[in-house]
Amino acid sequence: MKRYFRELSVAAALFALLAGLALFAPNFYEPAPLLSRFAAQAPALVVAIGMTLVIISRQIDISVGSQFGVCAVVAGTLAAMKLPLVVVLLASVGTGAILGAFNGVLIAGLGLPSIVVTLATMVTWQEALRLGQQGRFINLPPGMQWMGLSQVGGQRALVALAVLMVAAFAWALKNLAAGRHVYAVGSDAEAARLAGIHPKGTTFGVFVLMGGLVGLAAVMNIVQSPQVDPNAGGGLELKAIAAAVVGGVAVSGGRGNLWGVFVGLLLLATINPALTYLHVEAYWEKAIQGLVILLAVVADGLRSRRGKR
Amino acid sequence: MTAPLLQLTCVTKSFGAVRALKGVSFDLGAGEVHALLGENGAGKSTLIKVITGAHQPDGGTIDINGERVAHLTPAAAHKLGIACIYQQPALFPDLTVAENIALRLEPATAAHRVDWPVRRTRAAELLHRIGAEISPDAEVRSLSMPEQQLVEIACALGAGARIVIMDEPTASLTQKEQHLLFAVVRDLRASGVGVIYISHRLEEIFALADRVTVLRDGESVGTRLVGSSRRELAQTSSAESQSGPTSAATITESELIKLMVGREVSSIFPPAESEPGDVVLSLDNLGCTAGGVKNITLDVRAGEIVGLAGLVGAGRTELARILFGLTPADSGEIILNGQRITITSPQEAVAHGIAYVPEDRRRHGVILEMPIAHNMTMAIHNRLFPGTWLRFGAERNLAQEFIRNLAVKAYGPEAPGGSLSGGNQQKVSLARWLATKPKLLILDEPTQGVDVGAKSEIHKIIRRLAKDGLAVLMISSDLPEVLGMSDRIAVLRGGTIAAMLPGKSDAHAVMAAALGQTEDSR
Repeated sequence: MKRYFRELSVAAALFALLAGLALFAPNFYEPAPLLSRFAAQAPALVVAIGMTLVIISRQIDISVGSQFGVCAVVAGTLAAMKLPLVVVLLASVGTGAILGAFNGVLIAGLGLPSIVVTLATMVTWQEALRLGQQGRFINLPPGMQWMGLSQVGGQRALVALAVLMVAAFAWALKNLAAGRHVYAVGSDAEAARLAGIHPKGTTFGVFVLMGGLVGLAAVMNIVQSPQVDPNAGGGLELKAIAAAVVGGVAVSGGRGNLWGVFVGLLLLATINPALTYLHVEAYWEKAIQGLVILLAVVADGLRSRRGKR
Repeated sequence: MTAPLLQLTCVTKSFGAVRALKGVSFDLGAGEVHALLGENGAGKSTLIKVITGAHQPDGGTIDINGERVAHLTPAAAHKLGIACIYQQPALFPDLTVAENIALRLEPATAAHRVDWPVRRTRAAELLHRIGAEISPDAEVRSLSMPEQQLVEIACALGAGARIVIMDEPTASLTQKEQHLLFAVVRDLRASGVGVIYISHRLEEIFALADRVTVLRDGESVGTRLVGSSRRELAQTSSAESQSGPTSAATITESELIKLMVGREVSSIFPPAESEPGDVVLSLDNLGCTAGGVKNITLDVRAGEIVGLAGLVGAGRTELARILFGLTPADSGEIILNGQRITITSPQEAVAHGIAYVPEDRRRHGVILEMPIAHNMTMAIHNRLFPGTWLRFGAERNLAQEFIRNLAVKAYGPEAPGGSLSGGNQQKVSLARWLATKPKLLILDEPTQGVDVGAKSEIHKIIRRLAKDGLAVLMISSDLPEVLGMSDRIAVLRGGTIAAMLPGKSDAHAVMAAALGQTEDSR
């Protein structure tokens, strides 16, 4: 109980918000728009999984938004050529993994700081995309949207997939040796190295995984609309990092839990519609989100200071 | 006679339960070089930090220029003319020499306007005064280590320092650079500056110092005159205001070593119970340029504890790092169980059955956030979890077994590493490596920062492991520990084995070998 206090307090905040909505704006719970909102957040949730791994291993990746755009364009181009969804998906995941590997080589291999490397790749991919695509949208063939299912069916499938991914990665982090290596490397890379763990290999693997998940998320995003927007990934990195931080992942590495991140993302994503339904000016959304993040960081800071004494 | 520049009387300082200084008195006269000598952990650094104001003493008094200083802070010490030159100069590598000097000397106010020409001339002047040929515009990064030390000395002079502390200044210098530095020290002395000179090298003390004070276990065990050439200067300061036992006669190398060691080895250590078995590890002319280790030839047998003694920087930890693949050897041979092997990574070392319990367990050993069970299994993921996923049951059983065997005091396998005391953390670190079922166990300062009770427990565990057939290589700066635990002792000096001594040797012999005493003149 005490161990998961941080995660539970975020859950409590979310619950309070949902309860408030139930009292004052029961319309919020209408099934169709609710499902749409969930589906719209599914790709961000998948990216947040990867970001959680990255932050636990004491790194950061701010290039995910640009990676997302590149993957979406690759996937959209292949889909426009009427290639089957499986091929599109594999290509997108593969592209993401390659972009992630590029980050990984520079960060793990050369030991460069991840904030600088991913800042550089963020700008590079983004500008390359702008040059190549000139902001053009790609029209998708009709069978692509909702993966050939009905809208409701497609949305359900996307939400289920995202939650399944969270469950799978949460299990893997706890139960696979590789998962524990991520925590060990993030806590103390030198101690991990002395214990025979490869910190470089682990870090590299985390960045490749991050890229692959971005590739998956890009496909989960493009199947929700008839066109591919090459700029759809804008701000995704902030969203994913915010979800992780609010969900209790320590920016100093070594601590965090995917279910906490899941709840954190839900909380952040509920704020916007909640404002609409409660008839508050929507301008407040970013300010309130920022406040929630600040609160989370301050809470962690106070807690770790107390822990040191 | 004038009052001494610096007079410490009965200074005490404790860190938690550890009494680092137990009433040390020390004085320094103008124009004197006063050497400070002692084993690792004797209290030299603490004493220096008290003088520079970095540590507040718990008791005792400090007088500077005859005036009582109640509360010495680093800023106050600076104002009173105390400067410390560390082994690793604390300069800013990206700034020029003039800027570095200016940073120390100019007022630290943001609005202070920089007068560049003045800044440059002053730097040039100071450097000229100590005979250093360094351009004020050179980036500190481009300077050699001794040049950087000269810049530090220039800073000290510029600040009007009357008391200059030098902490092992020659540790990284060549012979020629040393002579340059000695000349500067002699100039400082001639100009009336008092120098506190810390060094492990006896020949330097005899070449340079007027007096020497030996610290041992936080106590000053004696202040003696040194038979160096500058007798007349030494006498002006030492005739009056002497503290601690002082003899008029000058001291010899051998007496100095005796003062440093001084104590009997108690018999609290568990006795060796078994005859050593086959040779497990054999090193033939092993060397590593990067680690500064050369020509190491050494055998370690099953059931044997070989102690690695020597001063800090003598190459003990470096040897351990070679054997664990952290800085691979570039010459010589490692033979493990009769097979010639090369070790280029910790993974390979573990696969060969070598385990290394590093020094400084807080930084390189136990991960404080992780439960101790996870800590204990960290090095054996492949063996404990042959499939792909973790077996928590097996992990728990293993952890509980170690908690029982090593008497780890924790509320259970899930207790985080950070909740344990130092001694118990050390046991967790040990358990991690015993779990790999090693043939050779390398211990680096196994009882550093551990309380007395836990220390003797760890000694018993180490002896029991040896009895069970493990070959143990134990690095320790704790002389009684090395003498009491080791079946044989290899004394390292300057990156190579200076002497191979039998267990239960006397402390004097070990210390003499570690310090490089040339002839035995007892």
